[in-house]
Amino acid sequence: MHIHEFQAKQLLDKYGIAVPRGDVASTVDGAANVAQKLGGGGWVIKSQIHAGGRRNGRFEGSPDGEGGVRFTRSIDEVRSNAEQMLGHVLVTEQTGPAGREVERVYIEEACDVQRELYLAMFVDRETGRVSLIAAPEGGIDIESTAVSVPESIQKLTIDPSTGVDQDGAQKLAVTLGLDGGPAEAMARIILAMYEMFIALDASLIEINPLALNAGGQMLALDATLTFDDNALFRHPDIQALRDASELRMGELEAARHGINYLKLDGNVGCMASGAGLAMATIDAIKSFGGEPANFLDVPPVAQADRVKEAFILLLSDPGVTGVLVNVFGGGIVRCDTIADGIILANREVPVRVPLIARLTGTSAGYAVRRLTDSGPAVTFARDLADAAEQAVKAANAAKRTMRRSWWDRMQGLMSKNDGSGGSLTR
Amino acid sequence: MAVLVDANTKVICQGITGHQGTFYTEEALTSGTKMVGGVRPGKGGTRHLGLPVFDTVRDAVDATGADASLILVPPPHAANAIMEAIDAQVPLIVCVTERIPVLDVAQVKRALDGSESRLIGPNCPGIITPGECKIGIMPEEIFRRGRIGIISRSGTLTYEAVEQTTSKDLGQSTCIGIGADPIQGMTFADALELFMADPETEGIIMIGEIGGTAEEGAADYLRQIRGSKPVVAYIAGRFAPPGRRMGHAGAIIQHGTGGAEAKIEALRGAGVHIAESPYAIGDTMAEVLV
Repeated sequence: MHIHEFQAKQLLDKYGIAVPRGDVASTVDGAANVAQKLGGGGWVIKSQIHAGGRRNGRFEGSPDGEGGVRFTRSIDEVRSNAEQMLGHVLVTEQTGPAGREVERVYIEEACDVQRELYLAMFVDRETGRVSLIAAPEGGIDIESTAVSVPESIQKLTIDPSTGVDQDGAQKLAVTLGLDGGPAEAMARIILAMYEMFIALDASLIEINPLALNAGGQMLALDATLTFDDNALFRHPDIQALRDASELRMGELEAARHGINYLKLDGNVGCMASGAGLAMATIDAIKSFGGEPANFLDVPPVAQADRVKEAFILLLSDPGVTGVLVNVFGGGIVRCDTIADGIILANREVPVRVPLIARLTGTSAGYAVRRLTDSGPAVTFARDLADAAEQAVKAANAAKRTMRRSWWDRMQGLMSKNDGSGGSLTR
Repeated sequence: MAVLVDANTKVICQGITGHQGTFYTEEALTSGTKMVGGVRPGKGGTRHLGLPVFDTVRDAVDATGADASLILVPPPHAANAIMEAIDAQVPLIVCVTERIPVLDVAQVKRALDGSESRLIGPNCPGIITPGECKIGIMPEEIFRRGRIGIISRSGTLTYEAVEQTTSKDLGQSTCIGIGADPIQGMTFADALELFMADPETEGIIMIGEIGGTAEEGAADYLRQIRGSKPVVAYIAGRFAPPGRRMGHAGAIIQHGTGGAEAKIEALRGAGVHIAESPYAIGDTMAEVLV
């Protein structure tokens, strides 16, 4: 689970990691108020979206404008910049081309930065432990630095039975070229990060940049926090930080039903049992020249009504012109449960697009009979290749027909309109 | 011969009295697996499905001489269940439970260092030597004893590979689902080593997926050993949408690894035959196995 920068900074502060003073606002007036309250002569105004690369990002409709993080010197500038950000879509290298709408801005005091460093703690698959990476130069170019000067990146893998100690952390700070007070401060930050990481079941805490200011103080100027979804059950306070507006259409609905759903841009809707098989189903659709409309993995504890919700969700995407169901019954997943889910869904939302199903494994024969007797019209495929090929063909043919029927309808309406001079509504 | 489990393997189930524990213990019994008991704190001394139930893994091992444990315990308690099995020095621990907090698994991984136990999973379908021993949740009926060793990170995609090798009359020696979590017990390399040494296994299928560096690790291992058996791999997620990225740490640490293309390239470089699509796994193995 992701949270916003302003939420991350509140958490860092709670664990004793210093951050610049600031507050969040969702209106232009609010932003001006925050700046006024903070006082001083300079403020940084930052778009709050769940993606990085904001400073180099651009707002939709103003490709030559400024990015999502700006420096301002007067309250008027705070107002005008907040206005350019709020309600506008910010596209960065991490958002994808669709971008994210900015609903909030964070305003904080500008600080006199002497030096910027990079610090991140994460679950390291390679070692099976929590690791820390640090670099002597932080900021927005950190990824290219990691490629051009890989030896500048320091890594520390933490033994879960001992944790990090002040000595080890301080040594790391020294290798980054810090000494005295700043080195000690950085070591304290590393210890606090680890405490926070374990206490909150984080999966990433990234501070970039970590700034050394003119007063010799270490401050987290930006922070990215993500949490382990599997551990949220023991952190209701973290769950409460979830921003529903950051999920794409359908994804929130899916999250509510415990369904693993991701919206894509194609027309072949698909549903499979298990994440691996769902990915393979997408690969198979692509291998026949099709474009998947979504990724949907039916949860393995599926009851028929969970499957029903999943199937309705899949059909609710207006871009779907054909559906492929690929289920390998085994373990808890039974083909007849999937069939019952589809039958229930069809009663609520009748299936109007071609439906291709490949059902195999536990209770596949029974599922086919159930669907044939009381379900929507289904074409049954013999294996994955056959299913993917048929689904792509059917979905693309339906797409052409749908386009044509729309065109015919418009033509009909227009000629009627031309002839009679009447209204477009029949 | 087979890998890790055979007709003599004595198995207990942790969480035997639960819904899943009951279901899969019954299935294991039907398949001929030597189930010898189960564990459920508070129910020690009772019997379930005709098997003795114990309060602790230690009690169960002492009484039955079990050498493997199947863990079907809910996520909040699963890591503790694995820890208990490690403490009791159970040689083979199979944890099917998914959605265990990753930091709990990190603790488990640490406890495995220097221990007597080997862990398969978590979040995996388990291990099966068809006709002899099944410790897991896979549908027995699609398997047929044969010549191919299968190692997979994915659950249901494992069955795809199984079905294809069954329908090509190749069959399986042993099939191991190593699980898809960021931190896991047994790795591809560990499993490859076992299959390379197993005389019954003539070819090996690896099912990988995007994310992490497990497949790259397997490629490194294969390059080092120059094994004589053909290895076929399919990597799922070639066309998966890129997840929304947060922060830079992933990119810094991965150096361009983790994607499907990088994995495929690494495996090809190690002499692995790549199945281009998920439906070509069995065909590809049949072609290279002469």
